[in-house]
Amino acid sequence: MNASENLVEIEHLTKRFAVKQGVFARGRAEVHAVEDISLNVRRGETLGIVGESGCGKSTTARLILRLLEPTSGTLRFDGHDISKLSQRALRPLRREMQMIFQDPYSSLNPRKTVGQIIGAPFAIHHAKGGRERVEELLETVGLSPEHYNRYPHEFSGGQRQRIGVARALALSPKLIVCDEPVSALDVSIQAQILNLLRNLQTEFNLTYVFISHDLSVIRQIADRIAVMYLGHIVELGDSESIYESPKHPYTAALLSAVPRPTTGGRQRIVLSGDVPSPVSPPAACVFHPRCPRFHEGHCDVETPLLRELGPRHEAACHYPLERWPMSDAEVRQAEGATRADKPHLQGAAHDA
Amino acid sequence: MSSSHDLLLDVRGLTVRFPTPDGVVQAVSDVSFTLSRGETLGVVGESGSGKSVSNLAIMGLLNQQRTAISGEVEFMGRNLLTLPPDELRKIRGKDIAMVFQDPFACLHPMYRVGWQIAEAVTAHASVGKKAAWARAVELLDHVGIPNAKSRARDFPHQFSGGMRQRAMIAMALVHNPSILICDEPTTALDVTVQAQILELIEAVKREFDIGVILVTHDLGVIAETATTVMVMYAGRIMEYGPAQQIFERPQHPYAWGLLDSMPSVEKRLSALVPIEGAPPSLLSPPSGCPFHPRCRYRFEPCPTERPPLAVPTQAPDAHADACHLSWEAKQREGGKRSIARLGDAA
Repeated sequence: MNASENLVEIEHLTKRFAVKQGVFARGRAEVHAVEDISLNVRRGETLGIVGESGCGKSTTARLILRLLEPTSGTLRFDGHDISKLSQRALRPLRREMQMIFQDPYSSLNPRKTVGQIIGAPFAIHHAKGGRERVEELLETVGLSPEHYNRYPHEFSGGQRQRIGVARALALSPKLIVCDEPVSALDVSIQAQILNLLRNLQTEFNLTYVFISHDLSVIRQIADRIAVMYLGHIVELGDSESIYESPKHPYTAALLSAVPRPTTGGRQRIVLSGDVPSPVSPPAACVFHPRCPRFHEGHCDVETPLLRELGPRHEAACHYPLERWPMSDAEVRQAEGATRADKPHLQGAAHDA
Repeated sequence: MSSSHDLLLDVRGLTVRFPTPDGVVQAVSDVSFTLSRGETLGVVGESGSGKSVSNLAIMGLLNQQRTAISGEVEFMGRNLLTLPPDELRKIRGKDIAMVFQDPFACLHPMYRVGWQIAEAVTAHASVGKKAAWARAVELLDHVGIPNAKSRARDFPHQFSGGMRQRAMIAMALVHNPSILICDEPTTALDVTVQAQILELIEAVKREFDIGVILVTHDLGVIAETATTVMVMYAGRIMEYGPAQQIFERPQHPYAWGLLDSMPSVEKRLSALVPIEGAPPSLLSPPSGCPFHPRCRYRFEPCPTERPPLAVPTQAPDAHADACHLSWEAKQREGGKRSIARLGDAA
């Protein structure tokens, strides 16, 4: 047993994918999927990773499990540096880390029975676990042991996701990476799964890395949050602190954009344009082309690093928000902001 | 209140059945509602609640041979359900336009975006190619595509998801429709883009003075945009009324369940209260109230007697719901679910 309080330690992790461009694929380019991220996952906590599509959150999840080879950087799991380990050497550690997938339809083999699906990890790792253990797991996730011989198509979406959870629990892992585990489910079922995950965490002392694009789901489940944008972590800290006083303008814009069932008027911070292409990300601060607090000659020249802006709360911004909530106009009034007087563009001007 | 002059659509007793080898799927049962100019009707429900199918039926987009549709859909004094196909074709896409969920699937990948919109122009009007192209550019500009003139020559893959959805809205607006049906228009989009598209739909509604039907599973989207709300479950309307009333004082246990199970971005709730069980199969929906097997308030009439959709007699100012509970119980429980719970302060 390693005494360190961190189960996962990530340092300067980078992942780039080569893409071919142009006629006959003569041009070479790289997608900057994850750029130089550093973060720790503490034992027993839920780290939420939130961001829009293409921000690198799923790549980060796969890197943590070493399902993808990092381009550079180090990754430690439970004290072992696993960034360079061979697949064979990695195998004993694999049982300590499991994954729950987004789509409960495509992540279960339709030709296998529930018993075979949940029992598969035992076979792969030559671990003890007969029918009894599988039936016990079925009960743990709120299914009935009689479901042992059924096939996935006989189950609803929520039940299938429970099967996925049971499979992840099979080898009593330390870490479970949940990649959008509830976004394919209806809201009433989503709540069932979120409650289940929370109960299992206390019962089995699990550590979660929970990936979602849904800010309300993340708020409900995560203890700490990493906000990602274009492969970078732009804000990192305790969940409450980030939701109550976001520091990065991007986090603020995300929070203000969530439609919510309240009728009171509120100010939305409008971002101009779309997320730029990760093949040629903007220089310096990747958010600068869309940022309402953009300062010419600073934000597009000097890369902001994550820095402490509050207790256990870091953000990578030269001009973080002073308070929250703030209206769109107030956000734009950052001293010296060069975009303050420029009306926001209606459409997607900065698109590739 | 809208006068009868502004009434655009009057749907009465719409029922859709799909006969299948396993039995008859009761997709939509006895759905009645109206839509007026300037109104945004939010239709909310989980998957399989019949919210999309009812709109496809209104548009005449269901295969007549394989579907049994009954009821009346009155638009400008004519029943759309009995109209011959050519007549319906003149209305569909012209007076009633639709925006679908997936803008990736709705645009042809091998034709220029402007061309596809121009094609929609020529479909219902005898105009030349040039005029149609000009109209396409004008509309793209209108929905906020920058440099519309040159972007109209782009192919769909050169557009981002949000821009594609804007293009779809432009296409829907070609013939100044009076009704715009949006089926999950923002589900495939990121949250910041979603906000832009919802604002665009709202702007379009005001500017063209049309009625909008917005189908979604997201109560947040409904709360921000809808003026009237219809909550559907298992093909039936559970609750129907002004948006503000429904969010301030929901009357149906299913609506309560939805609100209770929703995580909030405003605060971390001590626990979510899910609706137990799963939505029923529409091959054999439960007897009585379709929600009774999952309802924590059920009592003896629920499994046998189906509650009609009606305004409670004791409270003529309230809105319609389909539930046997007493008005006192609805008031008490609904009050607890008022939006106050979700922390309006922020």
